[in-house]
Amino acid sequence: MHPARSLILFTSLSGLGFGVLAWLGLGTPAVTGWVAFVFYLIAFGLAGGGLVASTFHLGRRERALKAFTQWQSSWLSREAWLAVAAMATMGLFALGAVFFGQHWQPLGWLGAVLSLATVFATSMIYAQLKTVPRWNMPLTPVLFLSLSIAGGALLSGEIGPAILFLCVAGALTLAHWTLGDRRFAQSGTTMETATGLGPIGQVRAFEPPHTGTNYLMREMVFRIGRKHSLKLRVMGFGLMVLLPVLILLLPFHHALAAVAVLSHVAGLFITRWLFFAEAEHVVGLYYGAHDKTSDPIA
Amino acid sequence: MTQLPEKTERKLGLVIDLDTCVGCHACVISCKGWNTENYGAPLSDQDPYGADPSGTFLNRVHSYEVQPETGAPQLVHFPKSCLHCEDAPCVTVCPTGASYKRVEDGIVLVNESDCIGCGLCAWACPYGAREMDAAEGVMKKCTLCVDRIYNENLAEEDRVPACVRTCPSGARHFGDLDDPDSAVSQLVAARGGIDLMPEQGTKPVNKYLPPRPKDRLDEVDVLAPYLEPVAEDPRGFLGWLDRTLDRL
Ligand code: SF4
Ligand code: SF4
Repeated sequence: MHPARSLILFTSLSGLGFGVLAWLGLGTPAVTGWVAFVFYLIAFGLAGGGLVASTFHLGRRERALKAFTQWQSSWLSREAWLAVAAMATMGLFALGAVFFGQHWQPLGWLGAVLSLATVFATSMIYAQLKTVPRWNMPLTPVLFLSLSIAGGALLSGEIGPAILFLCVAGALTLAHWTLGDRRFAQSGTTMETATGLGPIGQVRAFEPPHTGTNYLMREMVFRIGRKHSLKLRVMGFGLMVLLPVLILLLPFHHALAAVAVLSHVAGLFITRWLFFAEAEHVVGLYYGAHDKTSDPIA
Repeated sequence: MTQLPEKTERKLGLVIDLDTCVGCHACVISCKGWNTENYGAPLSDQDPYGADPSGTFLNRVHSYEVQPETGAPQLVHFPKSCLHCEDAPCVTVCPTGASYKRVEDGIVLVNESDCIGCGLCAWACPYGAREMDAAEGVMKKCTLCVDRIYNENLAEEDRVPACVRTCPSGARHFGDLDDPDSAVSQLVAARGGIDLMPEQGTKPVNKYLPPRPKDRLDEVDVLAPYLEPVAEDPRGFLGWLDRTLDRL
């Protein structure tokens, strides 16, 4: 799939932001006054910034509000509702913490649950798609949630939980890559089933429908080389998990903590880029992707 | 409404004959011609006369080569457009209600004034049947020429989708696939019509008729015995000439 900048920013930043909000809602850290103000500013900035970035993906941004109507069937619509509900609830909770030095805890718990539910809904937008086998597994929401919780802990300065959840998220990232690599083959969709010509013999894409490219190929028939992807996996994993964990194991220092955060975010961007770039859509089969006899056209 | 109807009253759709399609792309052109000036936003082109042309099409014709176990490979032309699936995943993912499936005839449509151009429906379709128009920012797809098939201003024979009306080889058929007695249903039954990517669980309404088995060369060669060379070794005068010339 085409790794669109707006979607990488949206999923990573809002994931981080709602992760921080979840930790704040649980009262870890239990901050008040100006300190709380700064924490909430960062959290809302990330969550809100991510959501704004997502609207840049739309062909018709001015109609974005219509996306709230179909919550009964659409994960995208559910995500919109949950994001607003989580931000409103946590906004009230933040009000108490910043201006009244109070923690209205039930509100915080509700806000934490809604924040994680938002991340879950975001991940389901991708995980629900049978057409993209690499995404279409229960591990996808688990991975998104673990990354959000780990990033949230790191940004809220919860060192112990941050180390623990970074390791969990790291393990899940590796699992998602390993299982994901086999998903396309497991899906059972091949050029033979796509064309229905399997009973006659082996199918090869002979001529594409047009001499030029098209929306489908730009959007869904994106492929990266294996070598390229391995390098990026190593880099992404090192920056997102290994380096931050090593830094957190050292004696605490503010400057070092900042490095850990920056490294994690950079690594998150790389792995999220890969999440999109490595995902193959079954429509690629019509264009000769996975062709057993020759190089794919795309 | 992006919840799918429990059941539609009819299942209008296409039956595409892969045996007779000659790959002329006439349906592609007539589809673009009709749909760029009728229902909804026009089908725009980008850089149409430049070095990198692309554009929105609702119907595209691929060509595949199939290699049987033995014998010569076969070339199959393969038109592809929306299959108006019964379990259309493109409809349920839509956050705005722009995508819907009609109860009265099962046609899957996009209400373009509600579409925000998020592109999720195109991701959800396994067949690549939806394309976002780059100029308009909304999703375009085959409407089964909903503005032709019920159009009383057109002559009766024109009340079929533009692609069906145009096809010079009679490879495209239109009708109600819910009615077992309809011509299309009988065609599907007679020719063993199939679903594309059945494992994706979309239950497409459109059906494809697989190419019929090709004639085999060894079966048509009934005259071969009569065409065998009459004499391997020439005899008589010709034989003497042959041998004498060889010796020289
Ligand atoms: S072919 Fe694609 S666009 Fe058409 S109904 Fe099926 S899933 Fe939807
Ligand atoms: S692109 Fe339009 S029709 Fe498709 S899912 Fe988004 S809003 Fe619905």
